[in-house]
Amino acid sequence: MNATSARSLETEPGPVRRSGAGADRLFQLITAACAIFVLLILGGTALSMAWGGRLAFKTFGWRFITDSSWDAVGGHFGALVPIYGTLVTSAIALIIAVPVSIGIALFLTDIAPRWTRGPIAIAIELLAAIPSIIYGMWGLFVFAPFMATHVEPWLTAHFGSNAVVGPLFTGPPIGIGMLTAGIVLGIMVIPFIAAVAREVFSAVPAPLRESAVALGSTRWEILSRVTLPYTRSAVIGAIFLGLGRALGETMAVTFVLGNAHDLSASLLMPSNSIAAAIANEFTEADTDIYRSSLIALGFLLFVVTFIVLTIAKLLLLRVNKQMGRTH
Amino acid sequence: MAIPARRRAADIAAFIFATAATIFGLVWLTWILWMTIRQGSSALTPHLFKEMTPPPGSSGGLLNAFYGSAVMILLGVLIGTPIGVAAGTFLAEHGRYTRLAAVVSFVNDILLSAPSIVIGLFIYTLVVRTAGHFSGYAGALALAMILLPIVVRTTEESLRLIPDTMREAGFALGLPRWRVTQQILYKAALSAILTGILLGAARISGETAPLLFTALNNQFWSSNLNAPLANVPVVIFQYAMSPYDEWHALAWAGALVLTAFVLLLNILVRVLARQGKQR
Repeated sequence: MNATSARSLETEPGPVRRSGAGADRLFQLITAACAIFVLLILGGTALSMAWGGRLAFKTFGWRFITDSSWDAVGGHFGALVPIYGTLVTSAIALIIAVPVSIGIALFLTDIAPRWTRGPIAIAIELLAAIPSIIYGMWGLFVFAPFMATHVEPWLTAHFGSNAVVGPLFTGPPIGIGMLTAGIVLGIMVIPFIAAVAREVFSAVPAPLRESAVALGSTRWEILSRVTLPYTRSAVIGAIFLGLGRALGETMAVTFVLGNAHDLSASLLMPSNSIAAAIANEFTEADTDIYRSSLIALGFLLFVVTFIVLTIAKLLLLRVNKQMGRTH
Repeated sequence: MAIPARRRAADIAAFIFATAATIFGLVWLTWILWMTIRQGSSALTPHLFKEMTPPPGSSGGLLNAFYGSAVMILLGVLIGTPIGVAAGTFLAEHGRYTRLAAVVSFVNDILLSAPSIVIGLFIYTLVVRTAGHFSGYAGALALAMILLPIVVRTTEESLRLIPDTMREAGFALGLPRWRVTQQILYKAALSAILTGILLGAARISGETAPLLFTALNNQFWSSNLNAPLANVPVVIFQYAMSPYDEWHALAWAGALVLTAFVLLLNILVRVLARQGKQR
């Protein structure tokens, strides 16, 4: 925590008398080295990608981020389409996952009969355990056709000619595209947000809730005026955690996004994401600049998820301190 | 005690919304599992475990992929576990309250959620690029990097749960700190640490992205870890993306085996954890 306690830990002579301080010192060194190894992974990842992507950054400069043409033959690479696809699919994922996760947390803390809470919570957590490639396969063979035959024609018919949201819902209903990918991502991040929300909801001090009940609040009023304000920063932290997951998710998105390097406003059109572009094209990249551009994409993804996850962690850390936990 | 109609309606709406949200979540779980079981079980034959991955248009199995996956997962666990347990020990014991421990703990949490494809790129640059070829070793290493933060986190947490009186009892017997850690704390935290390792193993079993450009894939039987190695997730990826029906069926069968394995491991972990708590 502070300098004095750190120092006293190192020089503490007490327990290390008999079998030699040397062994103790050695054990501490080994564990410290392993702990530093964790830092090295993060640092090494960032450095190796900055290094691998330097050719792309040097060649294209800022245009790498603002240019939408991705021309493998001509050797010209701009990352706007994958960046755009990543952001749009993650946004769709959050629009779906946030309210659903909060609903699940509310259901599990307040509404469900007590004996069903454990099994339902485990079932929701199992959603996070299913490998992402299974989501991808199911998305490609089951969910995309379902979207193409049932959902997308309906969306186009009802909103396609709308002046404001119309451009979002035009195009042929092929099932594969940003909307499908966003929904699959949303399902995948639900368990992460719901788990944190449930934990903090059930940690709201009983007196707070009881006083709300005593004042005659309904369940909705307890949620909206007591629980959510009290747990706000944890819930926002959980949302950022979900965002971090959604941004970096690879396999599920690769299957249902279509790997198209065209910029289009419609959510029904195939697009690309940073992770999907790397997964699809990396082993095919035959020139240095192509490979470097893909690694540069990886660097961008790493930096963005690092920032998002840091925000999430800081918010959640603050809550833990508030609740009197030490770690 | 009548509550005004509007507040009552809002309350009922919230009730319905929360219930619907939970059903919504459970529907996806059932839908995905059901389709995996239905599609996978029809392709689930003994050949799956006896034959190699076939060329397009003929039948076969996934034996080489199962073998490659098992070897890489095992190797990943063997590499990641000792480092992870040691690092977790530092965070909870020998480095507790130091600034280094705080930073590592923070970074570890970020690694827990970091995109796995980025880890794949890292190992690619580090191992594949330097060695000049894809290899099973690189795949195992990438998996170890993903397992590591999980083991670090569970080790740290389980060691912190042990009451200080146990440490003090060890010190009072004159044991040096490292023996207290090894002979008292590890024993007390054993089931929790094992839980973490199993959880990590379940997680890396389904990881695809980091294997795409480390282990790559191999259509034939190979037990050479220094060459491209077949593995279940990448085979599923390639076969599912292909236009051939036989390959689709094999991909579903692989998906079923993989999902069953991962979910069973997860459920086993939960049962273990609950038993540990009750004791």
